[in-house]
Amino acid sequence: MLWVDKYRPKTLDQVMVHQDIALNLKKLVTEQDCPHLLFYGPSGSGKKTLIMALLRQVFGPGAEKVKVENRTWKIDAGSRTIDLELTTLSSANHVELSPSDVGFQDRYIVQEIIKEMAKNRPIDIKGKRGYKVLVLNEVDKLSREAQHSLRRTMEKYSASCRLILCCNSSSKVIEAIRSRCLNVKINAPTEAQIVKVLEFIGKKEGLQLPSGFAARIAEKSNRSLRRAILSFETCRVQQYPFTTNQAIPPMDWEEYVSEIASDIMKEQSPKRLFQVRGKLYELLTNCIPPEIVMKRLLYELLKRLDAELKHEICHWAAYYALACSVCNLFAA
Amino acid sequence: MAPMLQSSQPWVEKYRPKQVKDVAHQDEVVRVLTNTLETTSCPHMLFYGPPGTGKTTTALAIAHQLFGTRPELYKSRVLELNASDDRGINVVRTKIKDFAAIAVGSAQRLGGYPCPPYKIIILDEADSMTEDAQASLFRFSWIIEPLASRCAKFRFKPLSEEIMSSRILHICKEEGLNLDAEALSTLSYISQGDLRRAITYLQALRKTVLGAARLFGSSISSKDLISVSGVIPQDVVEALFTACRSGDFDLANKEVNNIIAEGYPVSLSLSQLFDVVVEAEDISDEQKARICKCLAEADKCLVDGADEYLQLLNVASHVMRALCDMPEEFNYES
Repeated sequence: MLWVDKYRPKTLDQVMVHQDIALNLKKLVTEQDCPHLLFYGPSGSGKKTLIMALLRQVFGPGAEKVKVENRTWKIDAGSRTIDLELTTLSSANHVELSPSDVGFQDRYIVQEIIKEMAKNRPIDIKGKRGYKVLVLNEVDKLSREAQHSLRRTMEKYSASCRLILCCNSSSKVIEAIRSRCLNVKINAPTEAQIVKVLEFIGKKEGLQLPSGFAARIAEKSNRSLRRAILSFETCRVQQYPFTTNQAIPPMDWEEYVSEIASDIMKEQSPKRLFQVRGKLYELLTNCIPPEIVMKRLLYELLKRLDAELKHEICHWAAYYALACSVCNLFAA
Repeated sequence: MAPMLQSSQPWVEKYRPKQVKDVAHQDEVVRVLTNTLETTSCPHMLFYGPPGTGKTTTALAIAHQLFGTRPELYKSRVLELNASDDRGINVVRTKIKDFAAIAVGSAQRLGGYPCPPYKIIILDEADSMTEDAQASLFRFSWIIEPLASRCAKFRFKPLSEEIMSSRILHICKEEGLNLDAEALSTLSYISQGDLRRAITYLQALRKTVLGAARLFGSSISSKDLISVSGVIPQDVVEALFTACRSGDFDLANKEVNNIIAEGYPVSLSLSQLFDVVVEAEDISDEQKARICKCLAEADKCLVDGADEYLQLLNVASHVMRALCDMPEEFNYES
């Protein structure tokens, strides 16, 4: 088991980073009633961990017994039937799914499947009526139509169902949905917090940490706890006992982007452009999203350029990143 | 431990007005509608306005007041279609037409409610219907009812601060909460005329601050409100602005990175930055205009699904160039 999963806090009490939020969430569900929730924050900040811990708080250990299913639905859309396939993760009390995975047909998922799930009310052993929780991932990637479709569902079936939405950027979630949820902002952990967690893991694993080593990992992690723990484990595999100046291996693709940036800086000719093009294709064929490539490339270039050009480069980065996402939309 | 009491529903639903006359602040709308309800002659109606001002509430209240809550009657007379139903062109053509085509004559079954001889179709969230469907609906309304040539339009205003306060105070009284004046004005500031949002915050706070203990007369401060609402603290926005003013790109980049890592919504930081810029006294009008232009463009890009970090960085760069009197266009000659 990876350390990331092994040391994922299981309950709200064990949470090490967002203790104040965890405490508030705990209070929020004490009366066995909670509003719809919208978690947002950068990746690796602990949204999912908090959601799982929250579910456990509400439903008890049963929430951890999940089964993964690849379900297919046939949806009757007037003149034709649409086949949809989606992976769901469900326990007795909750269902988790990423409706945006089906691409442009996501609104059928929302209109048919989620509505169906929300309508049905679970009954527990004592015969009392309970409520269930639907966890929707990546709501910011949902199409406008699908988001609009959620609006009334959230109100109409609020007696039997609570939605927990999870996304990276809340700007992409429409106002109407945000106004129906309690918004929970999860900030990225600070470097000091990451160091604390790394030291905790090191102690549990019985490792000797040279001073400043955890701090260096934290610095490289870009404030993503997941990434910090992953590279910590990589270091452990590569060389143990740790030495003070042990290199922290960067990700392959980041190395590659850095190479591209140096290429661009060295020579500006049609021939070089052709080479860079080839390298960019290489990244794309390895499934690195263009937006991420562009951000990293910007980061690398910003390190190397002088002040005047920085304005220009960030202008074009913003311009082409937008063009990319708009194109994706049309292609879908 | 999961089951919740059936009565414990969101306050938004609990305090949804059941009658048209209870809808807050929309005086003209309410006056006209009360009239129509008395005479039971109902035109087609179109409600529009910002979120959380009572549109759906009013529509549902009309239906309830006309037909009561008896399910068998309500079901045959009221069709509610919202964006959670598939509303492509076929649905509008078949479902609505079928529903509307069956005439209802007898107005005999009164049961305390007027029950006029027509049906109601509530098309909630009509603006998110497909264009084709809207067009066919338009035609359909001409065919079925040639007399009522168009909808009566009702505009719903954003709620004013007093109305909002009175409504919130009412709920606080019912739920046994105390709000001081400062907290009250903070609440109406952060919810910006959206009553639903204000109530959601309130309910969340009741729980996070007070926990399970149902202490009557416990109070909520404005600090709690700010922490739960996700509003960006003023000093964070100021820091970004100061960084732009310094003309140091890397400093601005650092602030932008910080905002993203803290998870603040960028659209919100744009509007808060806008407030700072407009209020700043030492910036010329031309500079302000330049900044506003780039803020507007970035806002549009965000709506189109652009990356938050890149947009904010671009805005920071624009603001910096405006403040430090650098040229707006890039020079490609050199």
